[in-house]
Amino acid sequence: MEEMTFHYSYIMIVILLVVGLYGMLAKRNLVKKVIGLNIFQSAIFLFFIKGAIKEGATVPVIDPELGVEAGLYFNPLPHVMILTAIVVGVAITGVAMALLLTIYRHYGSLDEHRIMERMSK
Amino acid sequence: MIQNLPILIPISLILFAFLSAFLGVMRFRLSQSVALLGALISLVMAVFGLNHVLQEGAISYHLGGWPPPEGIEFVLDHLSAFMVLVITLVGFILLIFPTRPGFLMDEQRGVPLYAMVLMLIAGLCGVVLSGDLFNLYVFLEIASLSTYALVSLGSGRAAFSSFRYLIMATIGGSFYLLGVGFIYFSVGTLNMADILQHLPAVYDSPAVIGGAVLIVAGIALKMALFPLHTWLPDAHSYAPPIVAAFLAAVQIEVSAYVIIRFLLDVFTPELMTATVPLTTVIGWASAAGIIVASVIAIAQTDFKRMLAYSTVGQVAYIGLGIGLANPLGIVGALLHIMAHALMKSCLFLIAGGVYHKTGIKNINDYKGLGRRMPWTMAAFTVSALAMIGIPPTAGFFSKWYLLLGSFDQSNWVFVGVILGSSLLNAVYFFRLIEKVFAPSEDKVEKGADSRGELSWRMLLPIILFAAGILVVGALNVFIVDRFLMPIVAGF
Amino acid sequence: MDSFFSIQPLMAVLVSLAAFGLIILFRNRPNLREAVTVIAAVSKLAVVLSMLPDVLGGRYPEITLVNLSPDIGLALRADEAGIIFAMLASMLWVVTSFYSFGYMRGLSAQRQTRFYASFALCLSATIGLAFSANLLTFFLFYEVLTVATYPLVAHKGNPEALAAGRKYLAYLITGGVVLLGAIAYTYQVAGTLDFNAGGFLPQDTAVSSLAILFALFLIGFGFKSAVMPLHSWLPSAMVAPTPVSALLHAVAVVKAGVFGLVRAVGFVLGPEQLHQAGALPFMLAAAAVTIVVASLLAMRQDNLKARLAYSTIGHLSYIVLGLALFDAMGWTGSMMHIVNHGAMKITMFFCAGAIYVRTHFANISQLDGIGHKMPWTMAAFTVAALGLAGVPPVSGFISKWFLVQGTLNLEEFALAGVFLVSGLLNAGYFFPIVYRAFFKKPGTKLVTGEAPLIMLLPIIITAGLSLFFGLFPDAVFGFYELAERVGQSVTGGGW
Repeated sequence: MEEMTFHYSYIMIVILLVVGLYGMLAKRNLVKKVIGLNIFQSAIFLFFIKGAIKEGATVPVIDPELGVEAGLYFNPLPHVMILTAIVVGVAITGVAMALLLTIYRHYGSLDEHRIMERMSK
Repeated sequence: MIQNLPILIPISLILFAFLSAFLGVMRFRLSQSVALLGALISLVMAVFGLNHVLQEGAISYHLGGWPPPEGIEFVLDHLSAFMVLVITLVGFILLIFPTRPGFLMDEQRGVPLYAMVLMLIAGLCGVVLSGDLFNLYVFLEIASLSTYALVSLGSGRAAFSSFRYLIMATIGGSFYLLGVGFIYFSVGTLNMADILQHLPAVYDSPAVIGGAVLIVAGIALKMALFPLHTWLPDAHSYAPPIVAAFLAAVQIEVSAYVIIRFLLDVFTPELMTATVPLTTVIGWASAAGIIVASVIAIAQTDFKRMLAYSTVGQVAYIGLGIGLANPLGIVGALLHIMAHALMKSCLFLIAGGVYHKTGIKNINDYKGLGRRMPWTMAAFTVSALAMIGIPPTAGFFSKWYLLLGSFDQSNWVFVGVILGSSLLNAVYFFRLIEKVFAPSEDKVEKGADSRGELSWRMLLPIILFAAGILVVGALNVFIVDRFLMPIVAGF
Repeated sequence: MDSFFSIQPLMAVLVSLAAFGLIILFRNRPNLREAVTVIAAVSKLAVVLSMLPDVLGGRYPEITLVNLSPDIGLALRADEAGIIFAMLASMLWVVTSFYSFGYMRGLSAQRQTRFYASFALCLSATIGLAFSANLLTFFLFYEVLTVATYPLVAHKGNPEALAAGRKYLAYLITGGVVLLGAIAYTYQVAGTLDFNAGGFLPQDTAVSSLAILFALFLIGFGFKSAVMPLHSWLPSAMVAPTPVSALLHAVAVVKAGVFGLVRAVGFVLGPEQLHQAGALPFMLAAAAVTIVVASLLAMRQDNLKARLAYSTIGHLSYIVLGLALFDAMGWTGSMMHIVNHGAMKITMFFCAGAIYVRTHFANISQLDGIGHKMPWTMAAFTVAALGLAGVPPVSGFISKWFLVQGTLNLEEFALAGVFLVSGLLNAGYFFPIVYRAFFKKPGTKLVTGEAPLIMLLPIIITAGLSLFFGLFPDAVFGFYELAERVGQSVTGGGW
């Protein structure tokens, strides 16, 4: 049963990764590409969060009753890292959106094929 | 003071970036002067840092006073000092180039153009100075974020190429992050030196191998290693000249640095060569890339696009050196990082200057420019000869070390690729040299404003780069002996 | 032989490098520009000659500048072989400088600054490679020479010249690349690149490595020295202005290729080791075939410069053949032929240029009776033609004598036959020109007289030199003694 739950979460992460990658590479609409990008990154964030979890441990705020035994707390470092990574991700999304705005103003479309068509004109 | 250098370099650059942005609201000229000052200060610090490292060894800075492996470490050792010097030197010289021809836009109050450039330099310095895998990722993304914005300033398809570049580079960055996760959960630390201690015990673990593969694949994507280079030609050829120079000269090289750093100080050659044949894959992909990119470059008619394909080929030389995974190969790769930074910056600035002055961007229209702009075209000739690898330019000597490294491994295919690619480079650069110095037939058409040399502010950085190519060539042994040999000493 | 520190070899290189800068600086003042050329040429000759007593006394001036690669310095050393080549090049540069003033002004040519500047750079590179003390230094100057000659070949800037320039680069850069491979492999095998008479490869070098190196060097230098089938750039490159063809294609560039073979065979691989490995017959065969075929092709050329070009190809292979003989006599002959052929061939090119300037005739069939109008020019031409055919007392006879002696020492009678046949063929393609010039009736249009004195004098001087070297091979410059010493030291034995 323990094995099952272990696999379950990782399989979810892999599925999210694949969905995100598919969105980024195969979707014609540029906004959908950005959404794919966000899904892809979220999957990686989840991977880190999952890695921090320990069986039978609690949130990493030192509880005087439990003491300072490291095994009793989740690993806080991945959380901190992911907090930063989320900020990076948001920044990337922001820049991507700004670029899309420019592209839309310029070509009047967000469809990759149509943009290509208008470019070659 | 000197002990704080590893953090002072990126921090001061970021501070100057903010300063430049704020002052730019008042007057645009101020933002440029401040940026130049910031780059100069970081260059001076880089020189001091390198000097200190050479005399007294590496400097390690612990952020917030927390010692590693728990705390975040910034390291100025031989490798990072060398890279910081290349980045700040090239960055400083590039910033001399005037705004209009450099960024293809008018000087407008409040546009944080130079702030973004400083953030880019800061990010790249940060990548090089990080002693910590995750910190490296953050700085890598800071640098990338600035370049997305800067690339989109260019002409025509720039915004769209920038978006494509953003998608590909983010995939690369995410792969890297995922790989870092694998490594972190295998050894429980992010500090490079600490990983080096703990990793050998778990070399066979699938998680470590998977992590190494993901990291290398992600960085290879950012480095535009063949066949993952498809985003590069668009992004580099539509970007404004200074930005294109930054991308080709330092940003791509910093990705190469990351692989070299992992090879030398994180994974050790044992993991990357013996356990997983990663360097072999990089080497052979690069060998193919050199040939393919050079052939495609021959077919280009747009000068900047030709330079972009040539960048793919030149970066592959660095990859080939990494692929050799022997001291001479790494020395060749590092020297080529320096040489390529100088020559590609020079060529992109020339492309920008010529376009600004005459509106020419097609190779066929370069006819007769040698008479109109003798100094520019002399610099062009020097850097073109360096690209081909004619002694005594820097480009020759980096190839020479790569060649010795290939012979050292008895890798005849690499020998053939290095030698053969010189011929391909000769084809596309001599074609241009021939055009430039051939007499132009339409002497009548020359308008009054299309005559004459570039302004001195455009010419100065171009000449500096061209002189740098010759100086690095002449002093290559000094650089190799003093700076590069200590890096590969542990091999 | 001991060497001592001296800045003379460096000075010899720098003189024309400084001239390169000054010529560009004075681009708008033709007289000053040309004065710079002359002063540089004369002082270069003076510097080179000032080293001659030391070299003849067995002491080599040597200087090492920065390192080019760890353990390999940018080192210059004037040894016997080097000073032979340097003396030839700098001597003929003086003559050519005067000649080119006449030629370029006579045709009021364009882009003269570029012309003189490239010329000076070429001479720097030539002297540099003559004095190079190791292969990497040699390669550096060799490539600079390749690149610096390109603007001269493509000088006219018309499609024909550009095509010739492209062909020139395609051949010579390929050669350079092959050479680079050879040098890197040599370094891998031997761990050093310093020239040493008799070769520096370790005694236990595998035959396969030796064979690969020999093939690479032969191909690499073969491009520049126009050994068949790698020769076809040379006739096309004759579109260059005549002074360029004269000095560079009869002396500096192609001789640089031959001189490279001298260094590769005599000072890197070592004739003895090559002889034992049985590699030399390939070189002999290639050279022998080139001699005969080039002579036959020369007969078919109507363009005077093209005929001279094919003749050059043949005569370069004389030298190559001599080098491939494992014999001190053969080597002596080769080293002397470098000098003698240079003097004779430059005379002929000068004549061709003088005729072109006066009459705009480039073809042999137009030259009927020209000897009556330009008697001095054609007399000089005749002297050189006799020399190249091997008639005493012109200098060509002497070098050929030693070459034939070399083949006879080895009892290679077929090769001796090659030289004799080639002598006849030389006569066969040169004497008809002389015959036309002196014994046919001039065409009606021929109204001009001799070329201006500034062109005629160089012609007479070089023709005189050809005779002088033939009559007194050892006088003043000591060419014979130097050549003999090279032969002795390289092959390690007396006659």
